[in-house]
This record gives sequence, structure tokens and C-alpha cells, in this order.
Amino acid sequence: MATISVRTRDGGLHSFDGRIGASLMENIRNAGFDELLAMCGGCLSCATCHVYVEQLPTSASLPVPSIDETELLEGSDYRQERSRLSCQIPFDETLSGIVIGIAPED
Amino acid sequence: MRPDNLTRSFDCVIVGGGHGGSQTAAALRQSGFSGSIALIGAEPDLPYDRPSLSKDYLAGTKTFERMHLRPQDFWGTREVELLLGRHVSAVDPTARIVVTDGGEYFSYGQMVWAAGGDPRKLSCSGSDLAGIFYIRSKADCDALIDVLPNARRIVIIGGGYVGLEAAAVFRKIGKEVTLVEALDRVLARVAGEPISRFYENEHRARGVDLRLNSNVASLEGVNGRVSRVVLEAGEAIAADIVVVGIGIIPSVGPLIAAGAKGANGVDVDEFCRTSVPDIYCIGDCARLENGPGIRIESVQNATDQATTAAKAICGEFKAYDATPWFWSNQYDLKMQTVGLNYGFDSVVTRGDPASRRFSVIYLKNGAVLALDCINSPRDYVQGRKLVDSAARIDPAALADTSRQLNEIDFVTS
Repeated sequence: MATISVRTRDGGLHSFDGRIGASLMENIRNAGFDELLAMCGGCLSCATCHVYVEQLPTSASLPVPSIDETELLEGSDYRQERSRLSCQIPFDETLSGIVIGIAPED
Repeated sequence: MRPDNLTRSFDCVIVGGGHGGSQTAAALRQSGFSGSIALIGAEPDLPYDRPSLSKDYLAGTKTFERMHLRPQDFWGTREVELLLGRHVSAVDPTARIVVTDGGEYFSYGQMVWAAGGDPRKLSCSGSDLAGIFYIRSKADCDALIDVLPNARRIVIIGGGYVGLEAAAVFRKIGKEVTLVEALDRVLARVAGEPISRFYENEHRARGVDLRLNSNVASLEGVNGRVSRVVLEAGEAIAADIVVVGIGIIPSVGPLIAAGAKGANGVDVDEFCRTSVPDIYCIGDCARLENGPGIRIESVQNATDQATTAAKAICGEFKAYDATPWFWSNQYDLKMQTVGLNYGFDSVVTRGDPASRRFSVIYLKNGAVLALDCINSPRDYVQGRKLVDSAARIDPAALADTSRQLNEIDFVTS
């Protein structure tokens, strides 16, 4: 079991089993969180799957954001140091236990 | 109408299972709507991401399952009844009933029409031959994918986004591609000339035989299958298959017949209400009366209008004022558009198209209307603020790539 915890905008924390190989965006969407619009379907053309990585399991690491991801995130009024586009993070076993917050809607 | 035939009653009936329809259902629940909801979709599949059809799905790099907008159980837990594989053929606004072509009658309290559009079909001689494909639905795309292995020469009719995206996919898998466009440049209806010329060069450099100013006279076939595309100038181009992308016809017939104001799309007010009580219309088939006077065919527009309509149904009247945005992926080129360039009177090219990283900024009376950004997400992001402010800004400063767009002083219109 590889779990993902998602903090929704109302502050609630929800955990579920993630699917290995799918992106974090797809996992969050498929778990039924409709706050995450992910309008472009995961092709790095919008920033509507913006999340905060609140906790990363020890020894896990995330792929370095591409220039495109960084530039898209720059456009958010809610960008923080831990901001990522969840479509750009493939979910694997090492990320089990990750805690993700859904960023406010721009 | 025969009420004794009434199949089911719903507090809200949504017609259309695309981005707009599915977002309407989700947004209704998010806004606290507790009544019954039916989502009537013409296609048999769960609502899916349509833009991927002419990109990753056609290329075989994305499975259909990954394109579902929501998983199957989402609809169950949100208590949204999915009535798929059904066409709505008539609306009776007095009896408040929609009729499907299968003879079912569904009554509604509120209705949201999000039926989108059907691909505009070729009408020339030979357009009924086998081997002619459109890319609008999964079924269209699957039929095309089935024949691709046996097709070497592909003629694409239409130089809009769908045609160009398909051309990029076909070149990537080694097909011979000829693209026929009636106007003197590709993307003529949506983009400025620098963007058109850039994409023409890119496609030609990758081996697409691009024919501008070329009208199709007829299609010819052998044994009922298309084999040649004949141009009005007389030339015939051999084709194993033909792919057509010449726009859509909005699916609004039943709504217009029911008395809704509109023609090429149904007219809606700032809350996406039609002229018929308790019927909303959103997405590709809706035309905002107080907007630029056109329909906007995009995921962003469908999604944001869905939220506007859903909120209005829940009593929260918030006028639609989202900034339009759009994207297109071709080869390794990412184009992002923000704003609508409708009515622009000048353009500024920012950066060198030869570098394959540049933006085109559209102005009207000196104010920024829109940007098309090629491989330049930063311009896209920073340009949004200029569009939102209708910024009056020095064109020379806009063109100066040594400064970022957010570093330039401007006056708000």
C-alpha cells in the first residue's frame, strides 16, 4: 500500500491508497477531490493542479521542477516554496505517506 | 408530449457529457445543490478529456482511462445519474421535458445545455466515401487509429488546431502528410499572421506538404474508398485516408426549436441563462450576449461557464468574467494563449520566432487584448495581468525581451 494524504481547502485531511505510475494529479482527481480542476489534463499548459507538498517521506525526493513548471507557478498568487504542479510528479512507492495540500484557486 | 410516457424526473438535467456538462454536475454539488441530477451524454463513455484526442490519444501515448475527467465512482458518490449513449432530440419548455431519440422523457426543474458541437462535415462530391475521418469524439478517433497502420498517405483538410495537431502526430509516426487550407494562412481565424507563418514553417520543415489558398473540389474513390483529393485548381492529391478538421456546428437545434434566442449558438446572459426560463447554456455552443459576440470553443470556457451556471442555479449570481485561455501542443511546441484577440488592430512580436521561443501580443487602440506564447510560459503567466488590466503599454517595451513583461510600466484602460 502506498498512501497519499490530501488536505482540502477546508483544512480536512484525507488519506487514500495511491496508484503507482499515475501522476499525483491523476491520483488526487481519481480519488474524487473536485477542488483540483486540472483543466489541461496534465500536459503542463495551465496551473490548475497546483498543490503544496506539506510532508515528504524521509529519503524520498521529488523530480526537480522544469523551467515550464516553475514559470507557470510564478503566475499563481498563492505560490509558496513548496508549490508544485501535481501533474508533474509521478507517484511511486517511495512517496508513500506524502501529504499534499490543494492550493487555493487563482 | 405525453406525460404518461415520463421516464424519470430530475431537479436538474444536464445535457452533454463533455467538460462543461461534467463540471456543471461537480460544481452543483460543490455549491450545495441537494436535488437530483442527471447527466445525459451522447457518447457511451464516461466524460473524458477531449483535447487529448488530437494529441496524446491519437499518438498512442495516453490511454483512454487516463483521460477520464472523473473516475466512475465519483459520479455515484456525488449522486449524479449518468445517462450515457443518449441524444436529446427535443425540449418542451412548457412541460419542462427533454426527449431522447430513444423515446425517453425526462422532466427537469432546471436544465443546463452543454451539448457542444458536431464536426462540420465536408459537403463536396465524394464526401460520403469510406476513409474520411473526423476527430471530435473517442469513437471518431478510434476509427481513425484502426486504419492508421494501413495508411501511408494522409490528406488533412483544414489548417486549424485540430488539423495541425493531427499533422504533427502523423509526421511523428512517419506518414506522408498533405494539409489543405482554403485561406491564405493556417490558423487564420484564431491567430495573428506571425503565429500562422511560424507554424507553417515548422510543419513544412518537418515534411508536411502544406497547400494554402487551396479549395477542395471533390473527393474521388476506388471501390467506395477515398483515393484522391481533387483541388479546385485541378490538381489531384493521392490519399489513403482523409482527415477533416473544418470546425464544428454547435449542437443547439432542440434548444432553438424550443424557442431559445440564438442562431450559431444559443445566446446567454452573464449568468449563462438562455431566453427560456430555467434553461442555461454553456461551453462551445453558448454565445455570451455581452461578450465579444462569438462562441468560445475551449475547455477553460466550458469549465468556467459550468461553474457560473451551477452557482446561479444555487442562488449565487456571479457574472461570468473569466479570462479566456487555451493551449495547443504540436511537435515540441507548446502554445499558450491568454485573452481573446478578437478585434485587434496591431500586433507586437516579442522575441525571435527563429528561436522557437517567442510571443505575439495583440493590441486594440493601444491596449493589450491577448497573447499567443510559444514555448514561453513566463510571458503567458505575466501577460495574463496585462490582459486583465487591458494594459496600455509601449509597444517597443513589449518587444524588448531584455525585460520581463511584469517589469514594464503600463496604464490601465
